[in-house]
Amino acid sequence: MTNSINELESDAKCIFLIGTNTTENHPVIGYKIRQNVLKNGAKLIVADPRKIELAELADVYIPFKPGTDVALFNGMMNVIINEGLADSKFIENRTEGYEAMAEIVAKYPPEVAAEICGVDAEDIIKAARLYAESEASSVCYAMGLTQHSTGTDNVKSCCNLALLTGNLGKPGTGVNPLRGQNNVQGACDMGALPVVFTAYQNVTNDEARAKFEKAWGVTLSGINGLTLTKTINKAYEGEIKGLIVIGENPMVSDPDLHHVEEALEKLDLLLVQDIFLTETAKKADIVLPGVSFAEKDGTFSNTERRVQRVRKAISNVGDARQDWEILCDLSTRLGYPMSYNTPEEIFEEIRTLTPSYAGISYARLEGEGLPWPCPTEDHPGTPILHKEKFNRGLGLFHAIEYIEPAELPDDEYPIILTTGRSLYHYHTGTMTRKASGLDEFMPSNVVQISSPLAKANNIVDGEKIRVTTRRGSIELEAEVIDGIRENVIFTYFHFAETAANYLTNASVLDPVAGIPEYKVSAARIEKI
Amino acid sequence: MDIKLTIDGKEVVVPQGTMLIDACRQAGADIPTFCYDPDLKLAGSCRMCVVQPKGWRNLVASCVTPAQNGMVIETDSPDVIESRKVVLELMLSRHKLTCHTCEKDGECNLQDYCYRYGVTESRFDGKVHNLFKDDSNPFIERDYDKCIMCTRCVRACDEITGARAINIMDRGHHAKISTAFDGELVDSPCVFCGQCIMVCPVGALTSKIAAGKGKAAQNDKVLTTCTYCGTGCTLELNVKNDKIVGVTSNRDPELSPVNRGALCVKGRFGWDFVNSPERLTTPLIKENGEFREASWDEALGLAAEKIKGIKEQYGPDSLSMFSSARITNEENYLAQKLMRAAIGSNNVDHCARL
Repeated sequence: MTNSINELESDAKCIFLIGTNTTENHPVIGYKIRQNVLKNGAKLIVADPRKIELAELADVYIPFKPGTDVALFNGMMNVIINEGLADSKFIENRTEGYEAMAEIVAKYPPEVAAEICGVDAEDIIKAARLYAESEASSVCYAMGLTQHSTGTDNVKSCCNLALLTGNLGKPGTGVNPLRGQNNVQGACDMGALPVVFTAYQNVTNDEARAKFEKAWGVTLSGINGLTLTKTINKAYEGEIKGLIVIGENPMVSDPDLHHVEEALEKLDLLLVQDIFLTETAKKADIVLPGVSFAEKDGTFSNTERRVQRVRKAISNVGDARQDWEILCDLSTRLGYPMSYNTPEEIFEEIRTLTPSYAGISYARLEGEGLPWPCPTEDHPGTPILHKEKFNRGLGLFHAIEYIEPAELPDDEYPIILTTGRSLYHYHTGTMTRKASGLDEFMPSNVVQISSPLAKANNIVDGEKIRVTTRRGSIELEAEVIDGIRENVIFTYFHFAETAANYLTNASVLDPVAGIPEYKVSAARIEKI
Repeated sequence: MDIKLTIDGKEVVVPQGTMLIDACRQAGADIPTFCYDPDLKLAGSCRMCVVQPKGWRNLVASCVTPAQNGMVIETDSPDVIESRKVVLELMLSRHKLTCHTCEKDGECNLQDYCYRYGVTESRFDGKVHNLFKDDSNPFIERDYDKCIMCTRCVRACDEITGARAINIMDRGHHAKISTAFDGELVDSPCVFCGQCIMVCPVGALTSKIAAGKGKAAQNDKVLTTCTYCGTGCTLELNVKNDKIVGVTSNRDPELSPVNRGALCVKGRFGWDFVNSPERLTTPLIKENGEFREASWDEALGLAAEKIKGIKEQYGPDSLSMFSSARITNEENYLAQKLMRAAIGSNNVDHCARL
């Protein structure tokens, strides 16, 4: 997030949610948004193919067609430019590339955008005005925006909208991705990515590499590595021979699970470190027991970049070991000795190599935690990014044309399948399905279907049906609801036995981010 | 503008508009409360916080009475004490005294204040309701026979979560907390966040997941960060005999900067996977398609040998690692360091995209 979470409760005067079912996936952020709307009268715009809970409170709800995000943004920007609602001072002083963007956006009057998105042009106009005219507007998104073959374009469009209206660098504004996992921000910050070291220092940059080579005392590769999705494809092709998986469950979370399974079976070595014998661990040659958050000391970085302490409450279970100790031991056996006494010692090393974390110490994290960048020990942390200038200097507009999703409905697969999460489960269910209350409350998967679609297929609520795509099929209970676009069905990806990812597409990825298009697969449904 | 008043003989200066309760607390008085909650709208209904302004005809509820310049307040006068005792007796008249089996034993305002004022029983032993317990869901138990009608749960549900699942039904002695049409929580807009449990001053609302595992007052509480979504809520792991037995939350914004005590159903009730018998407790090696238990030395030795073999035969870029969005920063740092420095490849990623 460019801004902090609590600004959504007090400072934001208008909140635009696109591709985030906030009350289910980030419940506490959802409460704050709701309170801001109910108590302070903040305006709320919700764009989602499903009528999510917060849509009930929205001033404008746009039930747009999955994968038409760019058209929606361009349509809104078209209105903002033509009605003179753009922040010309901000554009002049803080941005570049406006003309090229405006030229493309001119092709998307609200009626054209509305046609592409399958919504009412009036709603696009209303949303554009609300967002542009409010004193402080914040746009929040999650995987609903990013898990598309045009995911990067979607995010850039989101940034265009904020730049166009000067909604950056001030309280209650910003471009705010709500990240889905406790430490996904931290994993990225720490360089668990194929192209960067910590703090996004490129592995292809000679200077950055030299710095890490000096600190680590080895020669490092300057070739970008493989993303997770590409690793699976390369394993399938036989080029990746060995895979180490730590606390991840690609056998449920990755696209096209039949493909994942075949890929993992081709490996010479699958080493899994986890707290449970997950679907992925079952495929492993060697399984190493790590420990849960309750058993460890360390830090997590949340979606607003706040680094916070994790504190050990209980001893390791059984003969399980701290994950950092396992990594040190394995590295040492590989001929590169690593030795630390505590997680704090590791953090002290991180600080020396990671400019945005350099001013953070465990002592400073007692209490409120610190949002990075925090470059020095007397720096208070940075709740709001881009206040005076952007990292690159001027904010860059991108001229982006709408591109259709990769797999559109056709005669054989006439419906759009989209996937996501429930309030009651988390990711691949490894933890929540072993949490007694959550498992009892929601023991199995359902597929949500609109009433007209159910009627047309002679399906009743609660009936077990088959959902099929070009990758495979699953059989699960139908939940007939009103709040979903007529030709869209939705299912959860938490459940291994009816895994949504048997249906999703691994062959088309966003060309920049490599993210799979989980939000649009062509599907069909059948009675069993 | 500041005003001056005298509380228990002590002079205090407070800004105009300050409620008496805050002025009294500033003067060091220990004012007992049930319905008062600084984070919620004022109810002024329990009358436990009464104090005596000199020259006034009645005692006043300090939580809803603004301090006035020149006021002289007594917080512990015989009238105040008597009044509070009567309030406690009235509460006991409909509160089932099963402290010995109550989850909140030792952390209950009613228990504490009865102890403080020596109230052992109630003179008002009229008709007892014997209402039922609502435990129609796996998370929250509402024991109506312990409810003192402070309505903090109603206000938390509305003002923190915004679910508006519960409200007061009926009036007087018949009043109770209820969902719309007096149904069960599962059929209401309740999202099982448990904010109602967080604010309940007695044992009327408790966690079913933590029930019977250890009384909250006797547990150690370890402040940490939630393991689920990316919001980064602070929570307290309740520990007894080296085991997680519950989750509570801390409302101090200094300690709980993001969520200020609020949690969701997963954070508050989704912790018992930690104790699952399915936890992995020993390294495993697969032989002929079956896992067998192994020592750390054997498992790590075999892993290192296989990794080295692949690296020698096919090069470092034939190996790859999925690090994790669930492990700590320190562990992610070591994971990528291992991949880059020990193995020699940048093939490291995690499920940020999934």
